[in-house]
Amino acid sequence: MSYRTPFITARGHGSAGSGTHHWWQMRVSSVALTPLTMIAIWPFAMNLGEGREAVLAAYANPFNAIVAVLFLAVGFHHLMQGLQTVIEDYIHQKAWRTGLLLGNQMFCAAVGLAGVFAVLKIAFTN
Amino acid sequence: MADVNRGNRPLSPHLTIYRPQITSGLSIFHRVTGVALTLGMTLVVCWLLAAATSDQMFAFVDGLLTSWLGYLVLLGSTWALAYHLLNGVRHLVWDMGYGFDLDNVTWSGLAVLAGSGVLTALVWAVIWYLG
Repeated sequence: MSYRTPFITARGHGSAGSGTHHWWQMRVSSVALTPLTMIAIWPFAMNLGEGREAVLAAYANPFNAIVAVLFLAVGFHHLMQGLQTVIEDYIHQKAWRTGLLLGNQMFCAAVGLAGVFAVLKIAFTN
Repeated sequence: MADVNRGNRPLSPHLTIYRPQITSGLSIFHRVTGVALTLGMTLVVCWLLAAATSDQMFAFVDGLLTSWLGYLVLLGSTWALAYHLLNGVRHLVWDMGYGFDLDNVTWSGLAVLAGSGVLTALVWAVIWYLG
């Protein structure tokens, strides 16, 4: 008969082992993304199919470039944390779970930073 | 106290037992749209990268996105984005402690669902007229 209660394994941890930090970050990023999304979609939507010169000119504008960088950085961080929660909720097999969590972080970081790089390259060379 | 009846406790009813409801349906849809937006976000990055790379790359990716399949994916992504954004605001309102009783949850859910359709139509109408 053990007198250890399960409390010791739960104290200080949320379901992901990090308390409310993840939850709060999601609130902060969603507050930021609400206006950012509504601004960031326009340079993309208005220049889709308009030719490369139009796209380069659009993102050479500092306002468009800064909004795009903020949207991509916060957006992909939000996406990564959201996908992490989905993986933690549905994938229980240890190897799959760890592999997918790693893959998720690397994918979102790589694609998000690639997007930021592309916008900065266009902004600085046009 | 410790380790009593572990693993032998009753579970709350799961998805297959619950009757589908507006509350659970929209909650699941928030997740589905969030996961689905991975595709739209990645496509936008591909488009930006192509524009930063060369005329040929841009022509290829831009052509892909402006094909009928590309427009279909972008239309779906717009709707997913509109729903996820509006329902996200609904979540933030709940987090501040408002609108969490059953009546309010039902009407705000229906409003978000209708609003996402209106917002999607509005965005595409603006693109249609100004683009």
